[in-house]
Amino acid sequence: MTVTTDDVKQESPRELLAPVLSAFWDEPESWTLDVYRRHGGYRGLAKALEMAPDDVIAYVKESGLRGRGGAGFPTGMKWQFIPQGDGKPHYLVVNADESEPGTCKDIPLLYANPHSLVEGIIIACHAIRSNHAFIYLRGEVVPVLRRLQSAVAEAHAAGYLGKGALGDGGDLEITVHAGAGAYICGEETALLDSLEGRRGQPRLRPPFPAVAGLYACPTVVNNVESIASVPAIMAEGKDWFRSMGSEKSPGFTLYSLSGHVARPGQYEAPLGITLRELLDLSGGIRPGHRLKFWTPGGSSTPLLTDEHLDVPLDYEGVGAAGSMLGTKALQCFDETTCVVRAVTRWTEFYAHESCGKCTPCREGTYWLVQLMRDIEAGKALMSDLDKIADIADNINGKSFCALGDGAASPIFSSLKYFRAEYEQHITERGCPFDPAKSTAWSDSATHQEVNA
Amino acid sequence: MTVTTDAKNGGGQPKPPPTDLVTLTIDGIEISVPKGTLVIRAAEQLGIEIPRFCDHPLLDPAGACRQCIVEVEGQRKPMASCTITCTEGMVVRTQLTSQTAEKAQRGVMELLLINHPLDCPVCDKGGECPLQNQAMSTGEAETRFDGVKRTFAKPVPISAQVLLDRERCVLCARCTRFSNQVAGDPMIELLERGALQQVGTGEGDPLESYFSGNTIQICPVGALTSAAYRFRARPFDLVSSPSVCEHCAGGCATRTDHRRGKVMRRLAADDPQVNEEWMCDKGRFGFRYAQRPDRLTTPLVRNAETGELTPASWPEALRAAAEGLTGARGSAAVLTGGRLTVEDAYAYGKFARVALGTNDVDFRARVHSAEEAAFLASQVAGHGVDLDGAGTDYASLEAAPAVLLVGFESEEEAPGVFLRLRKAHRKHGQRIFSVASHITRGLAKTNGTLLPAAPGTETDWLEALAGSDPALGAEGRQAAEALRESGALIVVGERLAGVSGGFTAAVAAAAATGARLVWIPRRAGERGAIEAGTLPGLLPGGRPESDAEARAEIAAAWGLRALPEAAGRDTAGIVQAAAGGELAALVVAGVEIADLPDPAGARAALDAVAADGFLLSLEQRPSEVTDRAHVVLPVSAVVEKEGTFLNWEGRARPFAAAIKPDQMTRRQTVPDARALQMLADALDVHLGLPDLPTLRAELDGLGEWRGALPLGPTATPADLPRPGAGEAVLAGHRLLLDQGLMQQGDDALKATRHAAEARLSPATAEETGVATGDHLTVTGPAGTVTLPLRVTDELPDRVVWLPLNSVGGGAYQDLGARPGELVRVAAQTSAASPATEEVNA
Repeated sequence: MTVTTDDVKQESPRELLAPVLSAFWDEPESWTLDVYRRHGGYRGLAKALEMAPDDVIAYVKESGLRGRGGAGFPTGMKWQFIPQGDGKPHYLVVNADESEPGTCKDIPLLYANPHSLVEGIIIACHAIRSNHAFIYLRGEVVPVLRRLQSAVAEAHAAGYLGKGALGDGGDLEITVHAGAGAYICGEETALLDSLEGRRGQPRLRPPFPAVAGLYACPTVVNNVESIASVPAIMAEGKDWFRSMGSEKSPGFTLYSLSGHVARPGQYEAPLGITLRELLDLSGGIRPGHRLKFWTPGGSSTPLLTDEHLDVPLDYEGVGAAGSMLGTKALQCFDETTCVVRAVTRWTEFYAHESCGKCTPCREGTYWLVQLMRDIEAGKALMSDLDKIADIADNINGKSFCALGDGAASPIFSSLKYFRAEYEQHITERGCPFDPAKSTAWSDSATHQEVNA
Repeated sequence: MTVTTDAKNGGGQPKPPPTDLVTLTIDGIEISVPKGTLVIRAAEQLGIEIPRFCDHPLLDPAGACRQCIVEVEGQRKPMASCTITCTEGMVVRTQLTSQTAEKAQRGVMELLLINHPLDCPVCDKGGECPLQNQAMSTGEAETRFDGVKRTFAKPVPISAQVLLDRERCVLCARCTRFSNQVAGDPMIELLERGALQQVGTGEGDPLESYFSGNTIQICPVGALTSAAYRFRARPFDLVSSPSVCEHCAGGCATRTDHRRGKVMRRLAADDPQVNEEWMCDKGRFGFRYAQRPDRLTTPLVRNAETGELTPASWPEALRAAAEGLTGARGSAAVLTGGRLTVEDAYAYGKFARVALGTNDVDFRARVHSAEEAAFLASQVAGHGVDLDGAGTDYASLEAAPAVLLVGFESEEEAPGVFLRLRKAHRKHGQRIFSVASHITRGLAKTNGTLLPAAPGTETDWLEALAGSDPALGAEGRQAAEALRESGALIVVGERLAGVSGGFTAAVAAAAATGARLVWIPRRAGERGAIEAGTLPGLLPGGRPESDAEARAEIAAAWGLRALPEAAGRDTAGIVQAAAGGELAALVVAGVEIADLPDPAGARAALDAVAADGFLLSLEQRPSEVTDRAHVVLPVSAVVEKEGTFLNWEGRARPFAAAIKPDQMTRRQTVPDARALQMLADALDVHLGLPDLPTLRAELDGLGEWRGALPLGPTATPADLPRPGAGEAVLAGHRLLLDQGLMQQGDDALKATRHAAEARLSPATAEETGVATGDHLTVTGPAGTVTLPLRVTDELPDRVVWLPLNSVGGGAYQDLGARPGELVRVAAQTSAASPATEEVNA
């Protein structure tokens, strides 16, 4: 579900939101080129093409745009790392392999407004002097694949892509590639391996993709939202962009509210908005319940509790609270949720999705799943709590890529805030929660028997 | 404390210029290392042992096992020391000084062990296992894991030779990286994901690599085991000896492990100047020939009445042999084969001249020519790493910008050379060109360029490359240019002897381009045999037989008045003389008749000597020669004796006996040199070689020849055969793994032979009416060979390529034709499958 500006107008102070990418998602056929152009689409491209590539890079750098995929690396800086005049082809690869539990921003964005990405790609390719861009899309979302393909075809027909698309910079082609549904392929170097036709496993760095990425050529790998934000920056200006958010985290971004929220969905707002404000906009936690814990940016970011409602949701603010902004996937859980159960499910996910390359992640998640299931089932010992904390510590920071860190996050953050609940599982020899109570239909009497 | 690397220089190379050094601190100790050194290597230099599994100095870093984690100041996370290079001012703290690193290492070790079966007591690796050892140094005595371990069916064969036990695997990817990077055989890969990740092969696509055994050796756990060795010994029961491989001319350093007098396995030893840490499967598994039950253990003398060979005592046999040889002085000859140690070869050469009064001694049991002998005498003899200190070695082979191969297939005929060529191509883009009939797997894996030549036309390429023939074509021009770069090489193989004018043209091409010429033979004993004086025309130390001064030097050293006068004849000449009844006696060591260019003629010659003269055989196992010999003297195999091989570099590769006399479980045999010494005594001739030290001292005392060198090869190309319809020119080489006698006794090794296939060009295949997969019948004067066909695009028309010793009795014997000669080709007519097919396993 998407939130429209009209919805917001009726119920909440409009200035809290900053719909840019999501501004016209509620229009009929918002994904078409016509609608996109009617809303100012491809104006940024025209401006960018008049600028020298290096000026575009500098402009994006000055805008302060930071990567929206989770790490928050300055986008312009990434572009700057591409060696120029090296005689090799350059590639732009857009990471659309959105697979993090709770994360759901790129898929709706591409579904409703694919042209913002296409335009952003053309600008980025102009800047880094690339003549071929790839979109690596999560394989399961076939409707989005079709939308993307048709958007690329439309852009082709309109002359934005193809022969001479970049003027003096030459031609530009976009290849839309559907992955096979492995979480690891969202890691940028694993994504490159997968795109090259290999088994997706992270590569050793250095060399970094900027030096030897796709087919060993200089490559920029950016998140969908990062690239899609570029056209607006070019069209409206960097000062406009900087007028939103904070000094270090300027601009707008998509916040994905999910879980026990009255009106879940995409809320596009300046960086630095708080969860309290977002909950105010979205009707709060579902009626009759209160927030228990939440993730600021998907399951890989250490979870937070209701004491963190006023943490500014930007890179610095969430970092200071001991977590990470991540993908801004705000999964909210109310007091009916068993944190042990939630963490067990996440751990199962990480064990299933571990690529197997390095020992800590492969073996650690394999072990953690067994222990978490035992704890949830009340079959564990009190010493097992120290054990999982220790295993999480042995994974965190020791694994090959950040996936291992992500797998450890829910364990140690939940232990930090809810150790008592873990202990309760052990002392009471079972889970004190009724799983049915946390389902969406728990408060209506009719669906109680569903095995959630 | 400052430690710098100072790699030993080999081959008389100038010392490399000092590299840029960076200085860092590891556990509080300062060290300077060349830029690009990995932290784990720098720590090794300080004697700090960081535990590791996936790290291997000769493989690209993987960072997969995470066992080698250390703390680096200023880094947010601890880092894998096998993946980070040292930088100026870096401060590293290993498990010795960092709690974080210590805990991380213990944590990883615990995780590695949670799924590892506790089957060390029955595991081949137990006792020499990096996991076992490092679990002791870095692991806890008790596991905290009480969950469910992963189990897999086992073992899974990833080839007939290599078995995989997935439960033991720690997924370090050493085996897959070795196959992919070093051998170029990416037939094993990691499959599946997460906890189910495992090493595997494609369906029906086993690890058919000549280097597969290395994966077993570098496996840090017992996951990969050898089918032939599995469950047969424990490391702590084995006695290990440094040894040298006796198969090809590479001279790989090996380690021979025996238990109670029986060799159980052979491993590659670490010799950075020669084989680094690798060896081929032939060298690794090809040692069981010496354990065959038919090994000769006692002398045999043919009973005059029954005509049967009967066991005899040494004195009895020596007396019989002496009687047979006594009257033959001056009309005897010696064939030594190409597999003797330098010492044994020297003894044969001296025996021939001193005891038999002849210069008729030749080691070449293969296609050979007078041109080749002239080439070897003028270009090869006396030059090499341990001879005059000059010549090409592995290091300069690797450093060469370009290499031209002529009559030489690196992967099939000298696998160690192939690995260097592939490494050179991978590391610095060495360009490899091959004058050959088609693109072999070895050439493709070095990304080499084929200069296609029908047999006999190799000289055309050499002449064209020497000049600047405008008709060279793009590839030829590239080769001609590349060969003129400083350090370029021309490698010629023994098969060039079959091309008249080949060596002459190679010498001319080297002179014209400035490229260095290097000869790489196929057998381990050939290079040494030249120095030992068992090549017609050459006395020991590269002295020309025709030079009076050289003859005088040797005569003086041997205490003789003069050496025999008549010029030595080569193998073909000896065989011809024997067949013509000119020889009263023939002494034959380790020669397989089917290896000779004309097996039928050789058999006739042996029959003639057996009937009217005296035939003496010194052998390890019964052969076609012992079948006819009057007296057979049993001699030691390589593992049972001390000796030296001279490899293609001219590098001395000395080795001691792996199995000492008091460890023997079979009757002790003597080396060839000792048998000859005893025989000379029985002949009442003084050979003066009672033991190896004396022999070596005498050989060393001869020194090198400082006089004039003989003239180089001067031969002209022969007229080329003109194949008509239904005819083709025969081409071929031997595959590394084939029917060679020294590969016998290991069925697993036999099962990893590459498929034996005949090759025709598309046009010729069409003309003949055959397609890939059909059976092609090749007919020569002596008979036919039938093999499945692979149509090969780049093969010249009307050329048929065959593996020379993969089926039947070998191509020479079955066809009666040699490469360069005409044969007939046809689709197989009868539906009955010939017996030869079955050998293609």
